[in-house]
Amino acid sequence: MALHTLNIALADDDEDDRIVFKDAIDALKIKTKLSLFVNGKELMDYLTLPNIILPEIIFLDLNMPVKNGMQCLREIRENTHLNAISVAIYSTSSSEDDIEETFINGANIYINKPHKFSDLKAAIERVLQVNWQYQTSILNRDNFLLRI
Amino acid sequence: MIINLKFDINILSKKILCQELNALGVTYMIHGFGEIEITGMPKALNMENIAEKLGVYGIEVISDQQMALVQRIKDAIAILINDENNYKKYNISTYLAETLDYSYDYLSTIFSETTYTSIGNFVILKKIDVAKSLIIENELTLTEIAFKLNYSSVAHLSTQFKKTTGLTPSTFQKIIRKRKERQVML
Repeated sequence: MALHTLNIALADDDEDDRIVFKDAIDALKIKTKLSLFVNGKELMDYLTLPNIILPEIIFLDLNMPVKNGMQCLREIRENTHLNAISVAIYSTSSSEDDIEETFINGANIYINKPHKFSDLKAAIERVLQVNWQYQTSILNRDNFLLRI
Repeated sequence: MIINLKFDINILSKKILCQELNALGVTYMIHGFGEIEITGMPKALNMENIAEKLGVYGIEVISDQQMALVQRIKDAIAILINDENNYKKYNISTYLAETLDYSYDYLSTIFSETTYTSIGNFVILKKIDVAKSLIIENELTLTEIAFKLNYSSVAHLSTQFKKTTGLTPSTFQKIIRKRKERQVML
């Protein structure tokens, strides 16, 4: 079968980071449609619009102005319409406490922003592959935690 | 009051299938591994009616043959992993070839073409998924879990757990426990 296109959203206030992320996703074999947002508020406003196709996975930067990643994560998990979406935190912080805190608040994936483009590509590819399995197989989504 | 439940997906699916198909007046044989042979159905009924009835329960009638085969591979893997005795006797490739009656090479090619991953990777993912549930239930020690899932040692299980999830079994357990305490919805 032709694999269907994965809908992905990224909220990151750093323009360079958004561009690098888009390049990395475009370089993968997996078919994707990426929506970009410059902060958490823009993302949440979009997600709560009526009649949109919800993304299967959202990549969230933690430190953003207006509304940060942690606030978005909480809102997504508290919203029954959105809480089936996988959330990947995409951050420069490698503090164990930060990482644990995002998982406890319902994040599925934590990625330390890699410095090398090839590492970023590999990380995104792995996340999409694993996420795809959680969408299409009988795996327990409550226990879906992945740290890269 | 919060109670914790454990589900047997196989029993659940079978009960629902029988209940719904009987109600529709369909005669059938369940071949296992997600395959049903319809031997007769009332004139007024068609496949769409059946698909619609089952869809309510999240049961999907797969029209694409490749997808159907991939689903049967996944189901067979899940059953083998949960069957402690058989799992120790068989290796995955022989088991799949025998149960599904295709060569392992063929199954492996179809699987990789359709799922972005390999059968081997899926088996690891599935085993770790079972390990996670067992860790959360907290009734077995890690040593017992390793034995049940046919790992050669606890170290082997821990290494594969870390490689698959990026977390150690104990960190994983801590996170899930704190989530429950704060009642984070997922």
